[in-house]
Amino acid sequence: MNLEFSKDDEKFRRGLRAWLRKHLPKRHDEIDGGEDLNFVGDAQIAAAKSWQRTLYEAGYVAIEWPKEHGGHGASTVRQTILTEELLNHRVPGLIGQLGLQMLGPTLIRCGTTAQRKRFLPKILTAEEIWCQGYSEPGSGSDLASLRTSAEIDGDFFVVNGQKIWTTTAHFADWMFCLVRTDPEARKHEGISYVLIDMKSPGIEVRPLMQMNGQSGFNEVFFTDVRVPRENLVGELHGGWAVANTTLSHERNMLANPMRTQQLMADLLRLAARRNQNGGRVTRNPLLRQKLADLQIKVDMMKYHSWKLLSDEAHGRPAGAAASINKLVTTELNHDICTLALELLGDFGPLMGRSPHAEDRGLWPRDWMFTLGMIIGGGTSQIQKNIIAERVLGLPRGG
Amino acid sequence: MDFGLNGDQELLAQSARAFLEAEAPPDVIRRLGDDSVGHCADLNAKIARQGWNGILVPEAHGGLGLGMLDATVLLTELGRSLAPSPFLASSVLATTLLSSAASIAQRRHWLPQLATGATIATVAWLEESDRVDPAGVALRARRARDRFRLSGSKLFVLDAHVAHVYLVAARTAAGLGPNGVSLFAIPRDADGLSLTPLEGFDRTRRLFEITFDDVVVERDQRIGREGTAWKHLERMLDVACVAIAAECQGGAERALSMAVEYAKMREQFGRAIGSFQAVKHMAAECFAEIEPSRALVWYAAHAQGAHTREASRAASMAKARLGEVFSRTANTAVQMHGGIGFTWEHDMHFWFKRAKANEALFGSPAFHRERVAALSGW
Ligand SMILES: Cc1cc2nc3c(=O)[nH]c(=O)nc-3n(C[C@H](O)[C@H](O)[C@H](O)COP(=O)(O)OP(=O)(O)OC[C@H]3O[C@@H](n4cnc5c(N)ncnc54)[C@H](O)[C@@H]3O)c2cc1C
Repeated sequence: MNLEFSKDDEKFRRGLRAWLRKHLPKRHDEIDGGEDLNFVGDAQIAAAKSWQRTLYEAGYVAIEWPKEHGGHGASTVRQTILTEELLNHRVPGLIGQLGLQMLGPTLIRCGTTAQRKRFLPKILTAEEIWCQGYSEPGSGSDLASLRTSAEIDGDFFVVNGQKIWTTTAHFADWMFCLVRTDPEARKHEGISYVLIDMKSPGIEVRPLMQMNGQSGFNEVFFTDVRVPRENLVGELHGGWAVANTTLSHERNMLANPMRTQQLMADLLRLAARRNQNGGRVTRNPLLRQKLADLQIKVDMMKYHSWKLLSDEAHGRPAGAAASINKLVTTELNHDICTLALELLGDFGPLMGRSPHAEDRGLWPRDWMFTLGMIIGGGTSQIQKNIIAERVLGLPRGG
Repeated sequence: MDFGLNGDQELLAQSARAFLEAEAPPDVIRRLGDDSVGHCADLNAKIARQGWNGILVPEAHGGLGLGMLDATVLLTELGRSLAPSPFLASSVLATTLLSSAASIAQRRHWLPQLATGATIATVAWLEESDRVDPAGVALRARRARDRFRLSGSKLFVLDAHVAHVYLVAARTAAGLGPNGVSLFAIPRDADGLSLTPLEGFDRTRRLFEITFDDVVVERDQRIGREGTAWKHLERMLDVACVAIAAECQGGAERALSMAVEYAKMREQFGRAIGSFQAVKHMAAECFAEIEPSRALVWYAAHAQGAHTREASRAASMAKARLGEVFSRTANTAVQMHGGIGFTWEHDMHFWFKRAKANEALFGSPAFHRERVAALSGW
């Protein structure tokens, strides 16, 4: 057990802090799409892209990618330091997040050289923004039942069908998408993973309003959309395996223990200044119990993430770590926000527009957003199925 | 940055598990549970030969000189097996208390005996009030010239029937605050001292009431300086929290694995009950609680290396959390077994009962959450 960071890592942290002090935009709103990644208007989108590019050029984006692909081959520890500092400085989520965290690693593992050359550089610089086209109206938890079809026509796929809940599709340049290329095969075996230019003729994007009033996600309709065959990632009909290689990245992206720590720290700040029925919140024994219970879980997930980091460094298998993280962390985030609303009493429902809102309406917004994260990326029930079947070895079916 | 067990600790865990699987399988636990004494000298002699009793004793006093994380490794395995042993009472709690409270001469006297397992010690702290704060120590030790005389009783003393010596917390000055608490080493056979077993449902660990009827204690039986024992007890409380949390971790892992194995085998409606999603989710929820908890226990153990507020805070976190996790898991594990899980015949109830007993021992989850809140400055 050694909880110190190496000298080099500490130096990296100091360098990063100094850089952020100098370059981080004073007004975060300009580059902040919120956790829903709902960037609005050309000006904000342009500013957010240019911020990612600046960060990238300074050497602070996708540092864990191999050098030959534009990263720094950085260790997981260093990646953690980076995330931690960005959070501590309240740097908003990067506009190119889905490309950076999901498609990039997929191409590095399963893409062709030409695909990596073509797409990776622009993922890094945010010149091209990506969205994830997996879910369909009839296929959510049972993703492999998806029906959006891609028929082969010479050097092209012709795509027809519909995707839904597609985050960032309203301003994305590209979509990584699961399509059915073999309708006769068993459901997992007829799926392919393709990259679709969102400017292709035949694509229509219709924004959907989320319950928190944000338009983070969309419906996407495809009518005879032509996609070059060279945009196939991995084998034809082998898309399920490609999607699965990076699924754990998505789960870990949604379940960042450092984000949870930050949310908890915000809750404690809120608790320290609130009164309820004339008494200080932090003097109320029941609320103290609830706060302590959450703090214990937050700290536990912090130490657990340290353990996972070290396991990775020692080459120990991660098992179902991503599923456990996704399940525990998303529920914990929501519990933190729920307690915040409880502390706020009648002020709880006040959104940012109200001058009486606490923390600029962050709590009701996040309270709703964090519920969405329990659903997105595989619901809690699905994570439990995975844990039961793949880790505990309980029989499938039922 | 390297969070986890080192190679030696991994090996210790493996060998301890193999040892306890062989020496303390469920039928041994059952036999000792039915037994009126509930102690197996043979098993504990074998434990002593493993060197475990000296794990926290400095090498200079004949021990292994290892730390709390190492002890945690053993405690996790003891919790997994439920082997009845005074290890927690003597080799962890009494050893910790003596190491911090005793004079050099006293340490030199006691620690080597504890390290070999030749002498078993236990701590007599709690009383009728069941408080783990200074006010919980109300028993008076009245000075009579250069001796002390004790009358009253102590409750919830672990393994008092097999311990040779008790470390008794008593008041040598009036008041109920942290000042005026002293410690005395009193042998089991002292005149005027009697033991009554507390008839608890956890038969794998025996607790006792000790009654002092004008027990006379010589001055050199006082451990450390007069009136200054509270801080040492408080420090021991932290260690107790981590130790019990570690037991709970092992116990919860065992209870869940028994339930999961049963669910794979037991059939209803023509298929394994483990294929029913309701059953799967019971198991998965337990697993998702147990798995990350281990890191909390390890961190709390590691934090004991430095005597800081953080050590107390982390210890209380682990105790509050693991007490509940083990209880919930054992409860779910009983339910996953159906009627058989409710029988005396099946082994499940041993873990179910230990879980609840551990949850209460040295402060309830609510007490420790409040302590976390206070130590966090809320
Ligand atoms: C904020 C947000 C952003 C999203 N962004 C994207 C995106 O960018 N791209 C994308 O492709 N998708 C996205 N999604 C979609 C998300 O992945 C799906 O909503 C999710 O997988 C659930 O599918 P569903 O909505 O069809 O619900 P359903 O699958 O219909 O589930 C409904 C209920 O049934 C339960 N259920 C279903 N099957 C089982 C089972 N086998 N066992 C037990 N319970 C079961 C579920 O747990 C849930 O409680 C997003 C979702 C949200 C909320």
